[in-house]
Amino acid sequence: MSISDLTVRPDSPQLADSAADAATAYVHVPFCARVCPYCDFAVVAGRDDLMDRYADAVVTEIGMAPPWRRLDALYVGGGTPSRFGSGRLARVVDAVRGRFGLADGAEVTLEANPEDWTPQLATALLAAGFTRVSFGAQSFSDAVLLSLGRRHLAPDVVAAVAVARREGFPSINVDLIFGTPGETIDSWRATVEAAVELDVDHVSCYALTVEKGTPLSRAVAQGAPAPDPDLQADQYELAAELLAAAGYVRYEVSNWARPGHPCLYNLVVWAQGEYEAFGNGAHGFRRGRRFRNVRRVDAYLQKVETGELPRAGEEVVSGWGAELDRLFVGLRRAAGVADGPGVEAFLGSEDGRRLLDLGIVEHIGGRLRVVRPLLTDAVERVVLSSTPETR
Amino acid sequence: MRRLVVPPESVTPQARIRNFSIIAHIDHGKSTLADRLLERTGAISEREMRDQVLDSMDLERERGITIKAQTVRLDYRAADGQDYVLNLIDTPGHVDFSYEVSRSLAACEGALLLVDAAQGVQAQTLANAYLAVEGGLEIIPALNKIDLPAADPDRVAEEVAGVIGGEPEEVLLLSAKTGEGVDELLERIVSDVPPPSGNPDAPLRALVFDSYYDSYRGVVCYIRVVDGSLAAGERVRFMATSEERDADEIGFLTPKAVPAASLGPGEVGYLITGEKEIDKIKVGDTVTTARHGATEPLPGYAEPKPMVFSGIFPTEGDDFEDLREALEKLSLNDASLVWEPETSKALGFGFRCGFLGLLHMEIVRERLEREYGLDLVATAPSVAYRVTTTDGQVLEVRSPHDLPDPAKIAEIAEPYVRAMILAPAEYVGTIMDLAQSRRGEMASMNYVGTERVELDYQLPLAEVVFDFFDQLKSRTRGYASLDYEPSGYRPADLVKVDVLLNGQPVDAFSSIVHREKAHDYGRRMVERLRELIPRQLFDVPIQAAIGGRIIARETVKARRKDVLAKCYGGDVTRKKKLLERQKEGKRRMKMVGSVEVPQEAFVEALRVDQ
Repeated sequence: MSISDLTVRPDSPQLADSAADAATAYVHVPFCARVCPYCDFAVVAGRDDLMDRYADAVVTEIGMAPPWRRLDALYVGGGTPSRFGSGRLARVVDAVRGRFGLADGAEVTLEANPEDWTPQLATALLAAGFTRVSFGAQSFSDAVLLSLGRRHLAPDVVAAVAVARREGFPSINVDLIFGTPGETIDSWRATVEAAVELDVDHVSCYALTVEKGTPLSRAVAQGAPAPDPDLQADQYELAAELLAAAGYVRYEVSNWARPGHPCLYNLVVWAQGEYEAFGNGAHGFRRGRRFRNVRRVDAYLQKVETGELPRAGEEVVSGWGAELDRLFVGLRRAAGVADGPGVEAFLGSEDGRRLLDLGIVEHIGGRLRVVRPLLTDAVERVVLSSTPETR
Repeated sequence: MRRLVVPPESVTPQARIRNFSIIAHIDHGKSTLADRLLERTGAISEREMRDQVLDSMDLERERGITIKAQTVRLDYRAADGQDYVLNLIDTPGHVDFSYEVSRSLAACEGALLLVDAAQGVQAQTLANAYLAVEGGLEIIPALNKIDLPAADPDRVAEEVAGVIGGEPEEVLLLSAKTGEGVDELLERIVSDVPPPSGNPDAPLRALVFDSYYDSYRGVVCYIRVVDGSLAAGERVRFMATSEERDADEIGFLTPKAVPAASLGPGEVGYLITGEKEIDKIKVGDTVTTARHGATEPLPGYAEPKPMVFSGIFPTEGDDFEDLREALEKLSLNDASLVWEPETSKALGFGFRCGFLGLLHMEIVRERLEREYGLDLVATAPSVAYRVTTTDGQVLEVRSPHDLPDPAKIAEIAEPYVRAMILAPAEYVGTIMDLAQSRRGEMASMNYVGTERVELDYQLPLAEVVFDFFDQLKSRTRGYASLDYEPSGYRPADLVKVDVLLNGQPVDAFSSIVHREKAHDYGRRMVERLRELIPRQLFDVPIQAAIGGRIIARETVKARRKDVLAKCYGGDVTRKKKLLERQKEGKRRMKMVGSVEVPQEAFVEALRVDQ
């Protein structure tokens, strides 16, 4: 089954489960013009001078990876990969192609900021092999964009999507953020409607989250308004309604796609498939091991340049640990997870049965599904407490 | 004023013995004065001097209050050239411990009434002074802290004289801090306190006025010989329990225990029999000799009656046995603490404990937590109701959930207290408002001196235990003082208010309240709980009800969003750790039906001082 098969719904269980057999890789590009106040990713601002060294290092690291079969998907995220320049991005794609090869029709995604997007860049990326662009649009309200500390305005998003479309990108996503303090339900409605209006193939809607250690978290600690979870719930439900009406299918907590356009790279992660990872702060899962790279760019460069794998740590995932992970990531999908020991333990627990009675989960046709995606973590805590200890 | 060396075999003649207590309010300087007396009489060298030697329990030292009575023998050469033995029997200062005060006083012929020269007479001091007067003790009035700039000796001397019925000029002026007046005090003790007048030839009768448990020696009794004498090694009988033991060791407290061959009439000392069971030796009992013993015990004491009850539960169910052990150990030194197992649906296994009063309750809880490292939840304090059922039975109900079905109740009576409140005259209005709002009835109002008023109220004890003292203090800027004593039972229109979470009654939150106050109580509880109970996966109604009738309702709205926005490759491990932590947090929750209630919610909801 191919994901580009236009008859397959993005939330189909067959698609969700078969993604486990795909091979993918993630490349992290940490460079940003400035760091957004809510962001806690492994990013760096004002160090564009390191870009060439970084490109070299990533290419080197790709060369260190154990051989694998041809990849079905590659995802270049950040950071702001669109700042990295088409030349360096092309080197990265070439390195991956050289090390593993890319399958016919492979999905190759780039995260891009609207303000970086030009026809020239789009053409060059298509030539380099990119097939999918994911825009950090966040909102179509200039007020919200300003308060999120973004560098673009709503018209930049409209223009960027139009350019990508015109230049021939096969799949276009926009990321949206809801629940920014001060944003009304009507402003959010306008944002979702604008995304629908642009006729993009994929929409991700993320609740603004106050992450520890960010400027946003410090501001909230000092009395700035925090996102209101009830309003966020209203906004989420509104988005779900508008997107469904426009033909988008929710296939994960925060992700909607039209048939033929779910993100394969992410489907693999959620199916507990294996993925390579390159770059600072990147996380991968191969040969039954989860690993993570050092977070700081300088440490990453130093390790790779001295011929060392830039690992910060790794763990073997097996037995109950693997089963727990399968449920953790799998239950975020609309398709849920197929029966297994974890599902059995969950349904055997008092708390699990209560969630079933409350209609928060359902168990139909050999699958456990979360019916109310906004309560997924409540379900997963029960998963944790109902399965035997891993050690 | 040299220290006299008493040969162990010699018995001091009664004419040379003076037994006295010090009655004082908390912080009026009793312990400092006691230290000064020890120093002056050489009972303890300055090098050994720790501040406040007699307050030996950590908690006492920290709070500056005396809980257990202590005793010390002072050797004093008076101005008349004679050597005297002065036995200072320390008394607790707080209202909750009036039982301990009364048995200390029973061992004395005189009492020093010590009053802070700035603060004046306090209600507890007054109550204890009345106890001493009723017991026929000679009172020596004295003002302490006359060195303080705020001291107003003339006014306070007048107050004191008014209370005990003497002349202001007779009031001694002291500074325990500087030592001023201490020599005069020692002389007054010799001259004013009558010597004991026991019959040396009668069979032994000695009063057990205190005891404590020593893990090596067993029960150590503090005794006052009234008639006859006691020799070391003699076989003795405790008259109330008929327990016979050998007097393994007897002696004096200087304050260190010094063994002696015998204790004569009028003398105060300790007795160790090797008894390991605290129940076999009751404070207030009379010790006599096993052979040719006395037939009539000394006037006994009433068993201390617990007045305030509270359920104490371990936060962690596993600590139940530790709590039992801790209570057993505490009981060894605190006969007034009573307890029995109690099961709460909400709080699990614990104990219903009875206390002499609120301070006693607080001290016991604090000792359990501090000395035994326990983490506890205590239910709101309640009193013992006397319930007459329709079939004529009379039950004592110490816990709201023991209250019979309303249809089976003919009458509920609640304990009343006589409350004495002493405060500056300007606060009379606000005190009367408070007492009235607590269903109080004024019995009398009298001026003490020219500026202060003593108010005498009949109040339901249940109203007193519910933050009355805190309210009184805050309304009078701390100037009012309070004492109370039981004054019988009165029928009242009382109802049980239950609190229901998601339709299920939570026993820990039930309370017996006056019908007129039931709505207020119910509303306050549901409002407080709405703030304290976290949102669940479904709406949780919180209701207050009398029988089947709902009197207040709030709802904790269902949680709607509980999910991380993003979970991609990098977040799997992080997310698992986060959920693990949250799962740990959940273990601190108690399940009430299907509602998760954090432990803190019980503690917070049951706090009375809000």
